[in-house]
Amino acid sequence: MLFQPAIIALLLASGVAVAMLAAAAPFAVQVIRQWNIASGSERQLQLERRTYLFSTLAVFVMAVQLVALLLFVFNADRMAEMFVGAMCAVGTLNVNPYGFPALLAQMAVFFLAAAWLAVNHVDTRAPDYPLVRIKYALLLILLPALLLSFGLQLKYFLGLKADVITSCCGSLFSGDAQGLAAEVAALKPAPAMVLFYATLAVATGLTFFHARTQRAGYLAAAASATAFVATLVGVLSFVSLYLYEHPNHHCPFCILKPEYVHQGYWLYVPLFAATAAGLGVGALQPFRNVASLRTIVPAAAARLAGIAAIGYLLVAAIATYFVLHSNLILIEH
Amino acid sequence: MNAWIEKQRHLIDFTLASLARRRTKNLGLLLVYTLLVFVLASVALYTHALRQEAAQVLKQSPEIVLQRMVAGRHDLIPPGYLEKIGRIRGVQAIEGRLWGYYYDPVVKANYTFMAPVAEAVRPGTLVVGPAVARSRGLAPGNTISFRAYSGKLFAFTVAGVLPHASELVSADLVLMSEADFRAFFEYPAGHHTDIALSVANPQEVRNVAAKLAAALPDSRPILREEVLRTYASIFDWREGIVLALLSAAIFAFAILAWEKASGLSAEEKREIGILKAIGWETGDVIKMKLWEGGLISLSAFLLGFVAAYIQVFRFGAPLFEPVLKGWAVLYPRFELVPAIDGLQVATLFFFTVFPYMAAVLVPIWRAAITDPDAAMRS
Repeated sequence: MLFQPAIIALLLASGVAVAMLAAAAPFAVQVIRQWNIASGSERQLQLERRTYLFSTLAVFVMAVQLVALLLFVFNADRMAEMFVGAMCAVGTLNVNPYGFPALLAQMAVFFLAAAWLAVNHVDTRAPDYPLVRIKYALLLILLPALLLSFGLQLKYFLGLKADVITSCCGSLFSGDAQGLAAEVAALKPAPAMVLFYATLAVATGLTFFHARTQRAGYLAAAASATAFVATLVGVLSFVSLYLYEHPNHHCPFCILKPEYVHQGYWLYVPLFAATAAGLGVGALQPFRNVASLRTIVPAAAARLAGIAAIGYLLVAAIATYFVLHSNLILIEH
Repeated sequence: MNAWIEKQRHLIDFTLASLARRRTKNLGLLLVYTLLVFVLASVALYTHALRQEAAQVLKQSPEIVLQRMVAGRHDLIPPGYLEKIGRIRGVQAIEGRLWGYYYDPVVKANYTFMAPVAEAVRPGTLVVGPAVARSRGLAPGNTISFRAYSGKLFAFTVAGVLPHASELVSADLVLMSEADFRAFFEYPAGHHTDIALSVANPQEVRNVAAKLAAALPDSRPILREEVLRTYASIFDWREGIVLALLSAAIFAFAILAWEKASGLSAEEKREIGILKAIGWETGDVIKMKLWEGGLISLSAFLLGFVAAYIQVFRFGAPLFEPVLKGWAVLYPRFELVPAIDGLQVATLFFFTVFPYMAAVLVPIWRAAITDPDAAMRS
């Protein structure tokens, strides 16, 4: 199944990303060991020049990874028609055991890349590049994550056999099935709604609070992470039901399909953007006391928190719209 | 935010002016880039349109077709099979179909002869598909004779030509009455070619197929979704093969982009030197150069994509048709329905812009780190 255009594109993207980061790794080690902004030696000048190249490379790689997640999900959804038993992305990802790990790895890379980009952004704003060492150390940590994601994707795509009968969302997200996803799906709509709106309200409030006062940054980041999980739980337990107008269909992937006018993207894009921004706030917090970043970090974190607050508001508004516009009645008034 | 946008706007302004100053060099690159996007986009658009067309056609076909097998080969359905299937829950309609192939030595092509169940064709007359009508120059009212496989000559009157809109499925079709069909092919009475079953609920199709296989072990049920899946994989696979072959072109293009980006003229070097001397930072130069690459990529992508769209949907993709479509003497003439697929645009973007940007990063950096004095002195 390698000769699928989107698969070739995805493998190309992660392959080049891994190659670029691997090429940057020796330089990263050199920077961590020898960087000294006060020195005017030739080696330091060399290093400073090279950071331009490798920072640009890394930004490029991370930005590509953000888009790759979207392409991965889009492609998984589209390939469903090629597998017996698959009706949406769940079926495609279930064709072999590497599908869901590959998706999770890609999601992890997405958030790590977003956090790295936030750190990189504040670092380049300061005149003395105070975070260069940390940035490149983080890059070294990101390399295995990218490598893992690439490996899982390769394994997954190589193992796609069209003659496998896969099981799709009906059996994975039904209330009777076993496992975490099924437990979540079996949650009653009313408590799930309370959980969903309460968590989103807290996340919106905290990120907004941080945007205004620049305090409670870690809390805002933690609330973002919680809101991400709560939204996914909400989608599984009630938003999807309202969208499908079906009391037993819990699938979080079918809402991406053309039959439902791709409405899922309206929910997921703001959610991922808000969560990435919220986690970025957390990633910046350790550096707010660095001398040259005293003004830069709070400003950047506040902006990110503002984006996160707007994102969560959007998520809540869109979910509410879906619920109100549905013909399904789950909760009697 | 405003200051940021303002800065980017000025950078774009400057970049456009500097691109215009080296018109021939950049136009050459743009041309090659556009050509690459054009080729790749043509392949993508054309296969997608074909896939859509196949799906559209198969939408009307029966959910299950049952064939009888003898020694692993397709055989006629003997009398009594329809009754043996009887009533299976979920099946809306069962019908025995009559069809076969006829080789016409005049135009050296195969026709599909069929006796339709739904609409009656009067004995002695034919309804022909558009491609048959074209190749034999037929119009309603004409008489045509075919020599049957038994050697006997049969004459028919053409009662009508099927509409052009259905050409993809009906190009080589010849419809006749059941009596004519049986007489022409000397088809044994009571036998059928295969059995078509329509099933209302798509989730029941597999169960029905399993029941059929159990009731008639010598038969083979063919599901519509399997046919659809096969078509989709074939078209995807063809597209993938063409893209894989063209990847050599993508590599060549990446090398060209690298060369173009690293072969800075003395004038360009001086320009960068002056920019840095008047206070531009290395980061600014990189940004400017990235905008340059971005602008070229975007224009090439748009131009190439639009050109490919016109080529495929206006002129029927004369360049790639033979590879992607397949081939037959009486190949249907059909208009492709314009369709753009988001996934394909995204994939295409990855295939063209991504290698270009990856290739020019290092040369851009090399250009950006030159010292002002060194640049101006050389």
